[in-house]
Amino acid sequence: MTDDVDHSRRRLLTAATAGTGAIGAVFAAAPFLASWKPSARAKALGVPVEVDATALEPGQMMKVIWRGQPVFVVRRAKSVLDQLGSHDALLADPKSEDSEQPEYIKAQGAARARNPQIWVGLAVCTHLGCSPLNAFEANNSAQLAGVDLGPNWPGGFYCPCHGSKYDISGRVFKSMPAPTNLPVPSYAFVGETMRVIIGVDDAKHA
Amino acid sequence: MAVAPESASSRQGGGLIHWIDQRFPLLSLWKDHMAEYYAPKNFNFWYYFGSLALLMLVNQLVTGIFLTMSYKPSAAEAFGSIEYIMRDVEWGWLIRYLHSTGASAFFIVVYLHMFRSLMYGSHRKPRELLWIFGCLIFLVLMAESFMGYVLPWGNMSFWGAQVIVSLFGSLPVIGHGLVEWIRGDYVIADATLNRFFALHVAALPLALVFLVIAHIMALHEVGSNNPDGIEIKEHKGPDGHPLDGVPFHPYYTVKDIVGVAGFLVLFCGVIFFAPALGGVFLEDANFEPANALQTPPHIAPVWYFTPFYAMLRAIPSFGGTQVWGVIVMGAAIVVLFFLPWLDRSPVKSIRYRGPIFKLALALFAVSFIVLGLCGLRPPSGIFPLLARIGTGVYFAFFLLMPWYSRWDTVKPVPERVT
Repeated sequence: MTDDVDHSRRRLLTAATAGTGAIGAVFAAAPFLASWKPSARAKALGVPVEVDATALEPGQMMKVIWRGQPVFVVRRAKSVLDQLGSHDALLADPKSEDSEQPEYIKAQGAARARNPQIWVGLAVCTHLGCSPLNAFEANNSAQLAGVDLGPNWPGGFYCPCHGSKYDISGRVFKSMPAPTNLPVPSYAFVGETMRVIIGVDDAKHA
Repeated sequence: MAVAPESASSRQGGGLIHWIDQRFPLLSLWKDHMAEYYAPKNFNFWYYFGSLALLMLVNQLVTGIFLTMSYKPSAAEAFGSIEYIMRDVEWGWLIRYLHSTGASAFFIVVYLHMFRSLMYGSHRKPRELLWIFGCLIFLVLMAESFMGYVLPWGNMSFWGAQVIVSLFGSLPVIGHGLVEWIRGDYVIADATLNRFFALHVAALPLALVFLVIAHIMALHEVGSNNPDGIEIKEHKGPDGHPLDGVPFHPYYTVKDIVGVAGFLVLFCGVIFFAPALGGVFLEDANFEPANALQTPPHIAPVWYFTPFYAMLRAIPSFGGTQVWGVIVMGAAIVVLFFLPWLDRSPVKSIRYRGPIFKLALALFAVSFIVLGLCGLRPPSGIFPLLARIGTGVYFAFFLLMPWYSRWDTVKPVPERVT
């Protein structure tokens, strides 16, 4: 009786059934995996924000929230700007070639900003996403969070989590845990004013 | 382990037991795992930590269930609901501290349990799978405790989550999308907290319980190792039981109760007098609410992650990516799984090993503690250098083991346990 069983046919049918079931399981998993993506509400909250930097004095900065992330808006003194090009040799990515920044920012030289006086960048360390602290005064013995920033500190940002140092254009120094410069979001100024719209490349499209 | 068919003795049981046993293998389970599970008679102090780990698992499950009754898993309410538990819920402070400080006690017990294996060769053949189940438990436990630490939504919860989730972002190509998928938003947000809650209270505890069952089933299949590293099953008496074995119950149930009593004295001492242990068990920065604009000036994970965190920080980025530190940290866990095959010594227990292994194990233990201390400190001064040396020693212990464990002199192993 058992001799009548066609084993190869039975194996084929078992494999085909199991295979179909496995494919079905993969498709059934898709909605569950997709449910982890940012929801429609989270996407809707990611719209551009407008910031008025007119009131900032040189050496002051503000942090604003865009897409839930902190963004630095820094007003830089002329004396600091003049020094900016002088330490390119100490930087890991002086031209932002590996960094997440719009092309029109990369084209702006050491200022790395659409208006050299106002620097805009994400306050998110490229190492592991902490928010860097600021020490804008150029100094020979700058101290921040109990850490010595070393001689010839040109003024910039220091990440307290793992010690990454950036200059005031958000460019990371060599041999730091952070691999790249601070990301710069797309942003634009409204006309000739100091009002910045973060999240768009052109103020007309805001 | 196979469930025995109805035995003669099980049919002689009393009314209710008899009724149950005809429908469920109650007596054979009891015998296989307790009354007739023969464990080596020479267990010492180090053998407390397995049962203590089980105790802590039960503690976390019970206190955790009660915490969910008052906790609110939303970014707006989480921090406040923890304060509510601490101040307004009757005995809420005790239940919460039993859980939050219990997590640290769980890791202390688990680390000592793992160290016991290293000393006595408990990971060696035939216990490789037992060891692998243990490593999986360790891995799930790390995920579980990380997500649990996010739930109070303090500032360290928030930034800790930011750092750990960002680790995945360093993976090439998929990193960016993967991080967004894990967070469910462009930043660590309400969606992240809510899903971590679901994983922390349902998915991961379930996985943990199943893995613990598998761990104990594998243990009872191969039998326990002992401080001599000798297989007691090789010398059985006329009754078929190992000559050097004693039934787990009552011998080790009673012994473990002594261990539990001693442990609870220490545990309750910490719970009542220093539940945060000066910022080590509960970090100071977590006593203020999550603030997306302000990273705590000094960020560090809870102590049980700091050895691995120190390795992460010790590796500088190069080639425009910081994935290397992440790889090293991951490798530090993955290498544990291969331990049974890295160890080539003809003997199992440290009692019969030579000076090279003893030195290696001592250096490893010291490096692990040094790495832990480095991970707690800011990354400046001598600490980055210490962390690099510690990382080197940690990996040398495992990766050079195939050679030094073979070269090492060994002492003759006795036939029977001492």
